[in-house]
Amino acid sequence: MIQIRGLEKYFGTLQVLKGIDLDIPKGEVLSIIGASGSGKSTLLYCINGLEAIQAGTVSVAGTDVHAKGTDVNKLRQKMGMVFQQWNSFPHLTALENVALAPKIVKGKSKAEARDIAAKQLKHVGLGDKLDVYPSALSGGQQQRLAIARALAMEPDYMLFDEATSALDPELVGEVLDTMRLLAEDGMTMICVTHEMSFARDVSDRVAFFHEGVIEEIDTPANIFGVPKSEHLQKFLSNIR
Amino acid sequence: MLDYNFHWRPVFKSLPDLLAAGLTTLEIAALSMVLGIIFGLALALIRMHMRGPLKWVASAWVELARNTPALFQLFFFGFGLGAVGIHMSPYVIVLAALSFNCAGYLAENFRGGFQAIPDTQIRAARSLGMTAWQSYTRIIIPQVFRIVYHPLTNQIVWAVLMSSLGMLVGFRELSGETQALASRTYRIFEYFAVTAVIYYVIVKIILGASRLLSARLFRY
Repeated sequence: MIQIRGLEKYFGTLQVLKGIDLDIPKGEVLSIIGASGSGKSTLLYCINGLEAIQAGTVSVAGTDVHAKGTDVNKLRQKMGMVFQQWNSFPHLTALENVALAPKIVKGKSKAEARDIAAKQLKHVGLGDKLDVYPSALSGGQQQRLAIARALAMEPDYMLFDEATSALDPELVGEVLDTMRLLAEDGMTMICVTHEMSFARDVSDRVAFFHEGVIEEIDTPANIFGVPKSEHLQKFLSNIR
Repeated sequence: MLDYNFHWRPVFKSLPDLLAAGLTTLEIAALSMVLGIIFGLALALIRMHMRGPLKWVASAWVELARNTPALFQLFFFGFGLGAVGIHMSPYVIVLAALSFNCAGYLAENFRGGFQAIPDTQIRAARSLGMTAWQSYTRIIIPQVFRIVYHPLTNQIVWAVLMSSLGMLVGFRELSGETQALASRTYRIFEYFAVTAVIYYVIVKIILGASRLLSARLFRY
């Protein structure tokens, strides 16, 4: 369970998040949609402590992320994150990319870490690319590698920050399919996304961000079928 | 018109001494590179991430190392510190001066290397639960190392050649040894010609080794 209360975030004098309240129960798939600059990605960074916050609280499974004395490194092991620019580690093979964190963060043996990595890579359809360097992988493959890397830590939550926006159109599908697979496995997921079909088909709830607030949050059917807020209506009509 | 008679025999007779001195040269260049890399890395990180006195010291170090003659830096560690009562052996003086100089140059190389790595690499590493230290040592520095690898090779060549200044503070590395032997026999040209060849061979060996190593290290 992720609980967010009164979250406020500034970059300098610019307020990016203006008091966010949000509960994400275990097993839920929440999609976050909204225009660029509405604070969607920032929220993800605040949830796993990569960005400091100025007011409010974020608690993950009962632990206050931003409290003094919280071991964020420990906490982040529970939260996998996938980035827009996939961020594979270029100097490591696919297998090493995935095996590194289980080994050095969780203290698994080399053999164990390799097994976990091989299993996860197979899971995302990269079973035949174990010893390949990221430079030899397509964007879609690198993004699936990033998903496998996050999953290898056996997280309880997965945060997706526009995981498909930097991909060539023909590669989006394979990444979305992998995300779907995860959702079916019951993973708790927060997906910042511009893929409306994914938000509609896969999520349990959809949150619409507008200028640093959650303007509307509801089931996909209601968000896309009967949008209440004017901004959401406009947003949806613009992208259709 | 050319009435100089070449006498190579004394040079060849003292070849073992010259080669031994060549090893000393290699040793001091290698040591100063190790120290230069450690301090250069520290200087780069301090200049990028810190404020206040430590940063000023780091900046002054880099500025002085890069913008004053290497010879003056050597004299500073030798005669400069000597004048205020800090006396060191020639070996230590040369090692200190070379390391000081290399660290200054390498700091700028490292800084460029760090800036070439996107911030998002750190974020990705931290998001997996790695500590800042782990992110740097496992993700960032290996990538920086590749970027600075060839400048690093140039720097060690430079350290080998610059160590010849050591003879001016009485250090018996390759040039110092050559000078001593040459002035004993007056076969100055012959000695320095052979020494030049030894320097050339040392540098070629370093470059060859560097190329082999890079093929092994950087498969991506």
